[in-house]
Amino acid sequence: MAPPRSFTWARRIFLTLLTGFVLIPVYVMVSSSLKPLADVTGQFRWLPSGLTVRPYIDIWSTVPLARYFVNSLIVAGAATVCSVVIAVFAAYAVSRYDFRGKRVFTVTVLSTQMFPGILFLLPLFLLYVNIGNATGIALFGSRGGLILTYLTFSLPFSIWMLIGYFDSVPRDLDEAALVDGCGPLGALLRIVVPAAVPGIVAVAVYAFMTAWGEVLFASVMTNDTTRTLAVGLQGYSTLNDVYWNQIMAASLVVSVPVVAGFLLLQRYLVAGLTAGAVK
Amino acid sequence: MTTTAFKEPVREAAPGTAKRAPRRTGRIRRAGLPYLLLLPALVLELLVHLVPMVIGIVMSFKELTQFYIRDWGTAPWSGLGNYRVSVDFNAPVGKALLHSFSVTVAFTLLSVALCWLTGTAAAVFMQDGFRGRGLLRALFLVPYALPVYAAVITWVFMFQHDNGLVNHVLHDQLHLTGKPSFWLIGDNSFYALLTVSVWKGWPFAFLIVTAGLQNIPRELYEAAALDGAGTWQQIRRITLPSLRPVNQVLVLVLFLWTFNDFNTPYVLFGKSAPNAADLISVHIYQASFVTWNFGTGSAMSVLLLLFLLLVTAGYLLLTSRGRRASDG
Repeated sequence: MAPPRSFTWARRIFLTLLTGFVLIPVYVMVSSSLKPLADVTGQFRWLPSGLTVRPYIDIWSTVPLARYFVNSLIVAGAATVCSVVIAVFAAYAVSRYDFRGKRVFTVTVLSTQMFPGILFLLPLFLLYVNIGNATGIALFGSRGGLILTYLTFSLPFSIWMLIGYFDSVPRDLDEAALVDGCGPLGALLRIVVPAAVPGIVAVAVYAFMTAWGEVLFASVMTNDTTRTLAVGLQGYSTLNDVYWNQIMAASLVVSVPVVAGFLLLQRYLVAGLTAGAVK
Repeated sequence: MTTTAFKEPVREAAPGTAKRAPRRTGRIRRAGLPYLLLLPALVLELLVHLVPMVIGIVMSFKELTQFYIRDWGTAPWSGLGNYRVSVDFNAPVGKALLHSFSVTVAFTLLSVALCWLTGTAAAVFMQDGFRGRGLLRALFLVPYALPVYAAVITWVFMFQHDNGLVNHVLHDQLHLTGKPSFWLIGDNSFYALLTVSVWKGWPFAFLIVTAGLQNIPRELYEAAALDGAGTWQQIRRITLPSLRPVNQVLVLVLFLWTFNDFNTPYVLFGKSAPNAADLISVHIYQASFVTWNFGTGSAMSVLLLLFLLLVTAGYLLLTSRGRRASDG
């Protein structure tokens, strides 16, 4: 049965408005990144007075963008890989085994999700400095410290989503593998993990995005050599000028890899959320 | 989500381990195995969440200023002093905290409501196929996928007084305002922050509701259609009620994320936000790192945490009671 006209019209109007709302900032980002400086310092113009790729060349020399990019890539990449691996093991334990302290573990891990990040900032800073003084392991100001911090940010969400996802993988499958002589780890790696790929991809995407976009800890816990993109973009404003066209070009450059990856994997994300989180 | 994760494993895992144990050695190894699997997660949670939290709580009872930061253990105890200062609503510090708290509550409620409404409407409207649906869905996820600082910095540009899009449209093109407004300082900053927060946050609601819609059996709609229910009625009687368990978790998660959000206001306004948009996370950051009073900052963080725990516990209790009532 075709929906009534009132429905199609409401849908048309709502979706048009929403598309406009979503797209305007994207348009501003793209168009401003191609404008000469005079266009972005004067009154706003919808259409550039002339197109230029100059901002895309200048962004690399105004601030050491390439270095920030590499830092972000290392930090977010390492945090993602570690957090996914650790979450897979933890979620498997919770989903398949009964053990003392299970409830305490899940409740504790999940409640760390609600803690404000600001609560950890100074204590973590002190802790890293103290560990550094005591053991010589430089955590503060290093990429390692940031990786460690970020990987726990995505852990609670990842563990909780994977528990749901693993629960939806039929138990008979890995029990059969156990009977056939697979060890528990074999059953996990050969049966459960392959069956839970959408959930694992969803969790990885989430972990990467969290790390790539984090600002608070990146601004306090990094120095000149370890600075990430989140902090690096502030370098385009000087006392005299704000290079808005370069800021927009750099924003676009740092966004493209994440957005492209996200859109490619979004099917997995919906599938992962359906089985893992929404039940 | 939270509630299912609490209940599900306990219920399902019980029959699992007791029965299957093909070999005796297997059983012995397995007793320790779950702990071994959990070990990395446990160590990390301990190092990065639990220990810092304990340190934070200890700090909140100390007179911790910049003079003691190198060796914070030696800072003098102040007992409940920091807490007393934080909740003394007649003195400047407490008054500012109360103000910031009310701004945050108002902002969070509005933002969550708008994100939820927009996300649900979009998901429901896009439940059935029409041309361009896949493209639109990808488009709608862009704000969520963009890194926070890149997205928010674009909004900063759009909110500029002299060269921003917002003033250009409202003043130059539509002549709605007498003169160009300031958006990132003064009272307007609240609406600027709300706009950015909704723009960035609604796609998550859209994503979750879309996932939730896929779990509603098609037969329900077919049966309703046979009984003569129109599209609007089906949405009201089937879609929305079926989304209830999804919504309960979605609203809680949105609430916690919005309430604790630091990135958006920090990129939008910098280290000190305007009064009308002084969200609590930035307020505490400022109290700690700009005015250098870490003890008070920690006390404020602990108070905030207690508030969030209370709200969450109350919410979970209410929704689980509601669910039990609707089940039975």
